[in-house]
Amino acid sequence: MSVLEMRAVSKVYGEGATEVVALQEVDLAVDPGQMVAVMGPSGSGKSSLLTIAGSLEAPTSGEVLVGGGRLAEMSRDELARLRRRSVGYVFQDFNLLPGLTAVENVSLPLELDGLAARRARAAGVAALERLGLADRAGHFPDQLSGGERQRVAIARAVVGDRRLLLADEPTGALDSATGEAVMRLIRQACQQGVAAVVVTHDAQSASWADRVIFLRDGRVTDGTSPPPGPESLLAPGSGR
Amino acid sequence: MSIRHALLALLAEGPKYGLQLREEFESRTGEVWPLNVGQVYTTLQRLERDGLVESDGAAEGPQKSFHLTEGGAGELAEWLRTPPDLSSPPRDELVIKILVAVRLPGVDVHEVIQAHRRFLIELMQQWTRLKNDEADFDLSLALVVDAELFRLDSVIRWLDAADGRIRRAPADAPAGKPAVALRRKIGVRR
Ligand SMILES: Nc1ncnc2c1ncn2[C@@H]1O[C@H](COP(=O)(O)OP(=O)(O)OP(=O)(O)O)[C@@H](O)[C@H]1O
Ligand SMILES: [Mg+2]
Repeated sequence: MSVLEMRAVSKVYGEGATEVVALQEVDLAVDPGQMVAVMGPSGSGKSSLLTIAGSLEAPTSGEVLVGGGRLAEMSRDELARLRRRSVGYVFQDFNLLPGLTAVENVSLPLELDGLAARRARAAGVAALERLGLADRAGHFPDQLSGGERQRVAIARAVVGDRRLLLADEPTGALDSATGEAVMRLIRQACQQGVAAVVVTHDAQSASWADRVIFLRDGRVTDGTSPPPGPESLLAPGSGR
Repeated sequence: MSIRHALLALLAEGPKYGLQLREEFESRTGEVWPLNVGQVYTTLQRLERDGLVESDGAAEGPQKSFHLTEGGAGELAEWLRTPPDLSSPPRDELVIKILVAVRLPGVDVHEVIQAHRRFLIELMQQWTRLKNDEADFDLSLALVVDAELFRLDSVIRWLDAADGRIRRAPADAPAGKPAVALRRKIGVRR
């Protein structure tokens, strides 16, 4: 069963003269362990797709299912629990809480979910460590560089027992080595069964995905086929 | 990549046999460039003719060992610092296809661009998978894979830029005399 399923999802912002059709009849299914990258020009609806998948916004029409459950049929509390427990979200603008340190930002969702403070903190430190940020755990967001803030946001999204990871430009502010570390981390999460949707402008980041879909004007216009194994690159006369 | 200079580099470490040179060339380049033994021997013959390597002369064929001469060492040092030829005029096949697609009636250039974009991303996925699987263990392979990924990435970025530029351009833009203008600007002579 797919972790995320979007069926004929459309999203219209505003009405009349100011109406913007951000998504049109989008279908998408992401299975456990699968990473899907979403590419497309600015304004093509990538972030809209992600906020709807993460239940932060409701679609104008169509259906969204997470873990088999219809979001439209869930209560506010159920949605809040889903977001806290099962869905990790990396926002395009990070969205860290300014009054909390890096490790507090990461461990907050675990604590809210009932984990003892000490264990939540330990999990938070471990997640920061994997992103090379152990020595920044006590810093507040305004004491971190842009790239460090981004990594804290990623640590927060992968910590705990997430089934769906939604990331909006997770490598946007990062140099290529750090960007690669982030994509490896998301890949690792997928190897443990997490389903991930990663929005990115960057082809190198997208190339970590199992499948890449292309959005234009709110529609999915194209997608990659499952690639053959890397052996084909080394075969003589393989088009190099 | 110049096989000639790769062989000089391997011989800079000490005398070697032809077969050994082939194996080392392949392993040092992440086994991404297969090389046949014939290519190795023809290249060695030319290097010997030019005085850049010498053979021990005694045996023939696989028993023959080669070493670098002083001239060869100088050639190698100079090659390392010589910029590769990146200044050639734009004659890239993909660029030409897009230029043709823009003007060809009945062809949706954006659809052509997307087909190439998808193909390139699929290629990048294959390279990235290689990096994910084994590059941690092999520095040469990781360096080669990165180079390939950056190269393909730059092509995709160009396609994205072209896509946007074509969308913004007025539909009935005159063809003008771009070739002449460009030649004059970048100083290319016929
Ligand atoms: N809350 C909103 N109210 C009105 N219009 C909106 C709103 N959010 C997004 N839009 C519009 O919907 C369209 C899609 O926006 P979206 O943020 O999904 O694009 P995107 O693909 O993420 O772009 P970018 O690459 O620049 O982040 C845009 O035209 C945008 O202006
Ligand atoms: Mg966006």
